[in-house]
Amino acid sequence: MRYAMAVDTRKCVGCSDCVVACQTENNVPLGLCRDWVVEVMDGTYPQLEIEIRSERCNHCVNAPCVRCCPTGASHFAEGGIVLVKKTECIGCGACIASCPYDARYPHPDGYVDKCTFCEHRILNGMDPACVEVCPTKCMYFGDLDDPNSDVSVILKKRKFKTLIPEAGTDPRLYFLI
Amino acid sequence: MKEELFVSGRMNDMIDPTLHIWHWQIPLYLFLGGMAAGILCLAALYYIRGEGKTYYTAVRITPFLTPFLLVLGLLALFIDLRHKLFFWQLYTNIKLQSPMSWGAWTLMVITPVSFIWCALHIRDILPKWDWKYKWLKELEKFFNKYKLALAWIMLIYGLILGIYTGILLSAFNARPLWNTSILGPLFLASGLSAGAAATLLLSKNPDERKHFAQIDLVIIGIEIFLIIHMFMGYLAGTQVQIEAAKMFLGGPYTMSFWIFVVIIGLLIPAILEILELRKYHIPALIPPVLVIFGSLMLRFIIVYAGQVSRWLY
Repeated sequence: MRYAMAVDTRKCVGCSDCVVACQTENNVPLGLCRDWVVEVMDGTYPQLEIEIRSERCNHCVNAPCVRCCPTGASHFAEGGIVLVKKTECIGCGACIASCPYDARYPHPDGYVDKCTFCEHRILNGMDPACVEVCPTKCMYFGDLDDPNSDVSVILKKRKFKTLIPEAGTDPRLYFLI
Repeated sequence: MKEELFVSGRMNDMIDPTLHIWHWQIPLYLFLGGMAAGILCLAALYYIRGEGKTYYTAVRITPFLTPFLLVLGLLALFIDLRHKLFFWQLYTNIKLQSPMSWGAWTLMVITPVSFIWCALHIRDILPKWDWKYKWLKELEKFFNKYKLALAWIMLIYGLILGIYTGILLSAFNARPLWNTSILGPLFLASGLSAGAAATLLLSKNPDERKHFAQIDLVIIGIEIFLIIHMFMGYLAGTQVQIEAAKMFLGGPYTMSFWIFVVIIGLLIPAILEILELRKYHIPALIPPVLVIFGSLMLRFIIVYAGQVSRWLY
């Protein structure tokens, strides 16, 4: 079991529905977010190109946050999902400093919080909230070990990239280009 | 003209626009821990070499600072924790890959050792001290018997404490400024230098002062070498490391780093110590105070600037 997600940067319109869906589904405190939309525009006018990405925790295979955690609160759950155990987290901030994507934040209650790939939903056979709600259907989620899962099928068909592969994190969040 | 415009919808507190998860507590602790490590290492080293009488202050008096330094440092660390009631989780886990776990366990050893070392020398500052209870006297006898072993533990764990404060930061590859293995030796050298400066502050014996001024000079030389070496490494590195170095070479941290750390904290005390060794009269307080100040500023600037340095994507 290897959970992964693919985001189609050619379909995403940057509506931020995924952000709101996540905040609602996971009761994310006001002003914070576990996923967010990035727009990168480059080129020379009028030849401009825009890439829109819905970003979140990359659930890295070689996760620096898990390595740095002094208590083991940051850990790999079933399927390679990177999670934080609230009752083991001391809120030292080491994992936050270690993440090149800045995907974690301190929860107002003290522990460190982040994207969980909506573990509570996927255990019940549903997609994560961001994937489910996307109006352009630009996100694909599934198990990389299953050749018929949505994510495996789309990654076979399309070109893709990961964010900062040179940081050596081996991310599980793919961006279709 | 080719342009790139980057817009992110994320505005998480303490994460955006630049990371600021660690405030004054962490650099303060890194300084206090580093200085305590320096004092304990030097005390243990001279005791092991059998020079406890020659370097009386360094071996028997300066270590009295360390319990205060370590307790204050631990307090700062505790204030930094956001989920405070779960701090004990540090001591129910051993994570070999996490420098912070190493550090927590090192502090668990070195803090009691520093208290015991002071207890063994309490009569040097309070000649009429009496332990009152028999079991405390027995305990003192026991530790006195194994004082050499205690000194070895103090030396080894002092070195680990001094170097881990740098490794703690260098283990984060997400922050290019920290991600250099020079930081461990640099922080260790800076801690040893602050430790030698503490003895310079307290010692009244001219021979001991001369010896520690010489030691301080050597360590300052090593520090300057390591700093130059660190910047050479950044500038010969990848784009993100070049960007990190630029913060200090024309960027926002240029003035504070070169003036407070290099000039005031290293070069001026080095010159003053050389003049003092050449028999010029220099006020005894100035060089060690500047060294300690530079050591504190080094931690603050590296911790703050490191959080600003990042990967570009």
